[in-house]
Amino acid sequence: MRTPFLVRLYRALGPRWAAALGVFAALALVLVPWLHLAVPRDHPLHLSDHFVTLGGKILCYAIVAVAMDLVWGYAGILSLGYGLFFALGGYAFGMYLMRQIGRDGSYQSDLPDFMVFLDWKELPWYWTGSDSFLWACFLVLAVPALIAFVFGFFAFRSRIKGVYFSIITQAMTFAAMLLFFRNETGFGGNNGFTDFKRILGYPIWAPQTRVALFAASALMLIAALVLARYLVASKFGRVLAAVRDAESRVMFLGYHPLWYKLFIWTCSAMLCAVAGALYVPQVGIINPSEMSPANSIEIAIWVAVGGRGTLAGAVLGAVIVNLAKSWFTVAFPEYWLFFLGLLFIVVTLYLPEGLVGLGRRLASPFAKGGREGDFAGAASAADSGEILPGPPFAKEGVGVEGERA
Amino acid sequence: MIKRFLIDPVFGIAPPGLVLPPRERAAAAPGQGRDGVSTGFAHLVEPGAVDLSHGVILYLEDITVSFDGFKALDKLTLAIDVGELRCIIGPNGAGKTTMMDVITGKTRPDSGRAFFGQTLDLTRLSEAQIAHAGIGRKFQKPTVFGQHTVFENLELAMKTDKRVRCSLFAELDDQDRDRIADVLRLIRLDGQAQRQAGLLSHGQKQWLEIGMLLMQEPRLLLLDEPVAGMTDEETERTAELFLSLAGKHSLVVVEHDMAFIKQLGGKVTVLHEGRVLAEGDLASVQNDPRVIEVYLGR
Amino acid sequence: MRTIALLLWLLALPAWAALDPAVVRRLAADDFDEKLAAIGQLAASGDRLAERALQAMAEDNLYVAGDQVFYKDGDKAMDAASGAALPAEPEGAEGVVVNNRIRGELANALAGFRLLDANPAVRLAAARELQTGVDARMAPMLEKALAAETDAQIRQLLSLARAQAHLQSDDARQRLAAVKTLAQSDNPNAKTLLLELMAREPDTAVRQAAGQSLKAVERRLARAENIGRVFSGISLGSILLLAALGLAITYGVMGVINMAHGEFLMIGAYATFVVQGLFRAYAPAWLDAYVIAAVPAAFAAAALTGMALERLVIRHLYGRPLETLLATWGISLVLIQGARTLFGPQNVEVANPAWMSGGIELLPGVVLPWNRIAIIGFSVAVLALMWALLNLTRLGLFVRAVTQNRPMAGCVGVPTGRVDTLAFGLGAGIAGLGGVALSQIGNVGPDMGQGYIVDSFMVVVLGGVGQLAGAVWAALGLGVVTKFLEGWTGAVIAKIAVLAFIIVFIQKRPQGLFALKGRFAEN
Repeated sequence: MRTPFLVRLYRALGPRWAAALGVFAALALVLVPWLHLAVPRDHPLHLSDHFVTLGGKILCYAIVAVAMDLVWGYAGILSLGYGLFFALGGYAFGMYLMRQIGRDGSYQSDLPDFMVFLDWKELPWYWTGSDSFLWACFLVLAVPALIAFVFGFFAFRSRIKGVYFSIITQAMTFAAMLLFFRNETGFGGNNGFTDFKRILGYPIWAPQTRVALFAASALMLIAALVLARYLVASKFGRVLAAVRDAESRVMFLGYHPLWYKLFIWTCSAMLCAVAGALYVPQVGIINPSEMSPANSIEIAIWVAVGGRGTLAGAVLGAVIVNLAKSWFTVAFPEYWLFFLGLLFIVVTLYLPEGLVGLGRRLASPFAKGGREGDFAGAASAADSGEILPGPPFAKEGVGVEGERA
Repeated sequence: MIKRFLIDPVFGIAPPGLVLPPRERAAAAPGQGRDGVSTGFAHLVEPGAVDLSHGVILYLEDITVSFDGFKALDKLTLAIDVGELRCIIGPNGAGKTTMMDVITGKTRPDSGRAFFGQTLDLTRLSEAQIAHAGIGRKFQKPTVFGQHTVFENLELAMKTDKRVRCSLFAELDDQDRDRIADVLRLIRLDGQAQRQAGLLSHGQKQWLEIGMLLMQEPRLLLLDEPVAGMTDEETERTAELFLSLAGKHSLVVVEHDMAFIKQLGGKVTVLHEGRVLAEGDLASVQNDPRVIEVYLGR
Repeated sequence: MRTIALLLWLLALPAWAALDPAVVRRLAADDFDEKLAAIGQLAASGDRLAERALQAMAEDNLYVAGDQVFYKDGDKAMDAASGAALPAEPEGAEGVVVNNRIRGELANALAGFRLLDANPAVRLAAARELQTGVDARMAPMLEKALAAETDAQIRQLLSLARAQAHLQSDDARQRLAAVKTLAQSDNPNAKTLLLELMAREPDTAVRQAAGQSLKAVERRLARAENIGRVFSGISLGSILLLAALGLAITYGVMGVINMAHGEFLMIGAYATFVVQGLFRAYAPAWLDAYVIAAVPAAFAAAALTGMALERLVIRHLYGRPLETLLATWGISLVLIQGARTLFGPQNVEVANPAWMSGGIELLPGVVLPWNRIAIIGFSVAVLALMWALLNLTRLGLFVRAVTQNRPMAGCVGVPTGRVDTLAFGLGAGIAGLGGVALSQIGNVGPDMGQGYIVDSFMVVVLGGVGQLAGAVWAALGLGVVTKFLEGWTGAVIAKIAVLAFIIVFIQKRPQGLFALKGRFAEN
């Protein structure tokens, strides 16, 4: 007698999450389109183009934050290479968008402009099929998944973890960035892809298209959250957290940590790639600087600000930091790096559990917290009033080998 | 105090080595099949089963492990019978923990052979495969999942298919819950099922870890200093538990606590400098002049 | 053509006889080919007057008025053919036009004249100059020089130059001899010449010999190239070592990766810039010594910053390596932006002191620049100091103790907190020294440290944590391998290949090249 999957999905969500997601869906799928399309431009309630684009962009970032939180918060693996998967998704979809330009580019050629500029006569083999939307969607998922799988297989197999893994993933995205900077790689070199005209035949800058992309991002974020909730509430999630806390014990219980880590790592790479694919048509450009190590490590701070190990925290952090960024870089462009740097320092020093953790701590004198559905390092100590035996994540492996059994 | 009938319901569900319920049978086999080191089981009639036809569950033969010239194990030879309760003693650095590492696949020997039953070559299997084959290990330092509840700790240890695909869709049924409840009673943590394991006392963590071993339903239990940090009363209860397990399971207990070993009463092996120094019952071993010299120093 | 030249040379033997005015007049011909021919004839003469005329032409100081060709010496006009002063500067004079081809020819011709100079150093330089672009008409002049030359090294160079000239000879035997001589050349030009010859050579014997010579030359060239690569690899390795040594200490002692490590390099480089500025302003006479003063300044600046950071931030994150990673990344952002605010976003200019510019020319095309040699020496010195510090001092003992077993070191009374601060300061200071080195070979800008964290970490991983010898071998190995790979595949692919190699390497030897083994190694 197995419980139907949908019921389990709903149970994993819990009523609060289900309600919150429902409200969010109503806002993103009904209210925002209405305010943007139906309310006249000069009306004070009209949502500007800028707002919708920015909102869509931040929703994509939130998906990335969820993906990162799954791996960092729940499996204790900090990857500094998410920019690579994000950008790969973006590039895979960008190829399709480039082909959609057709002969409307500056050179009126069937080839994308940059290829004409490089004096290429035909598309390289890996551009085959890039004019098909479905093939592009397939590539968006398959390429990052394959790369994540192969890379993760070798890294996890030799039990690379902790800072080793972080640095190696950073090196990976750095190397990929250098590769994509080359013109010969065939992805537009320095400039990447831009000047998109159409998506599925619709003009890309039309308000309707913009709203559709926004709504798609919102739906994707909801799907990512549901999936993530299910994963962390399942036995799989518990094994993953156990791997994080005592990998040897898990092995001696008969689990293969490798496959658990690999599964969540590949999943999150694919989530990232989908976010990247949604991001590119909304901002209208993708170039190799998306793969820069600085971008990837910034993702970690979104999650840390919101609260690692809680999905709500990841989304919250992505939204807050990016709103702050879009305000700061306009108001005080010179001070943004100072602010970001200090944010890294302050959050790690004083807010190890992020804003969500702070909220819980503030709320705990008034409400008996109990164990939240969220299953992570940030688990509250409210259970018995006793003090936790050590800081969460105290057991993060420093090196290749973890704790001695 | 523990009564034997308390244990029977736990293992009555699936006595090791006997006919498994269908779900379990399905679960046990593919765990081996997928792990796929075919060389190890090529000639097995039933994949994953341990061949106990000669009444011996563990053979170690001429096992040598060296670290930078230092021989942690030096041609160690040891055999454990089915259902036996064996105590291993020895001064620090005698190679006790290294021996456990070799048996559980954590350390690969430089030379020598290690067999589980007649056919499973332990030197070729991974840690998870060895655990699947039926060897459970308790670490010297109690290692439980501090962020999980006691109940979840036992759930994770439960014998079942432990592949990713199954964990993704796993659900506990009533039988599973009963098994966990039984073990909880056995290790006297039934009031604490929903407590975080990290908050337990040292002795309780030891018991929880033993409980996790029982959930694995192993044929061979390796217990590294299981009563370290326990009160006298807890130690006594542990001894009774182990005695009740012997016979159905084979146990290898590494301990320093002579009173505890005396209570267990089985055969004792003394390790020294990576090899077997003496073997026999506790009294004869204690009177062995070589053992006395090793323990009292030269 | 050659016979005419020979004839002319024979005629011109009495050195101070006046030149043939007709030939001199052709220097000012409208047709460049005619000019070239005239230069060739004059060059072959070996005459002092010819040298002066050509020298004047090379300096754009040759004029023509009707048939009168002259050059100016001060305010006097001198007849180019006789070298005698003209009574007055001719009316309507025009400068003789020279193009690049002619300039090249003139340079060679003048070098030919210098071959007869009394000073052997001048002759040697001239012979070196003549290793490219020799043509057949210079053969007699080279013959003459060779006959007079006594210095073995110059003779060797001259015979190579003559061989190049003889390649264009009509005589197959002479070409064969030339081809054989050229086998000893280590000049890339010889390869080109031999290839050209093989393409047009009618005589099979000569062609065969040319093929063999070509192989010999190529071998020698490849060797030179490899020596160059090994050198630049070692040079890169020594920079990596300077960057990684500090990281190895902090990672070994505290188990944290300091993402701001590259920024300590940057601090060191800016400290060098500031010291240079101070010297320029207050002690210009001693400017060349600024680098030496910059060494302690950079060390102090970086070490103090490092110690402050350890006290303020890193100490509070003990046992949370991943969060330390993030916090130190934040620090690096602040430091980069700080440098931008203080010194501007552009790269600043740090000049090599005079004694560091130039280099040793080991072989033609293989120059070992002094600044790189100095850096190699510098990193050896830093390494030696560090070894001494770790192995001969009490601080070193403490550092090693904490690296191996922190709790135990604490138990036996090692002040682990102070050791952390000092070790962190030491690591940062060494990175600062690396910054001094970097400022001498690369750009100094706010972002300069960003690229080094991954590379330094790779060195630490490869070498094994807490292993000086491992770090040295890893840095040199990575440097040399990277340079060779760059030669074959280009910089980007080389970077990716090195990364892939390290991932595979960790599979095989997770503890690095020089692993500690045993019970405690896995902790």
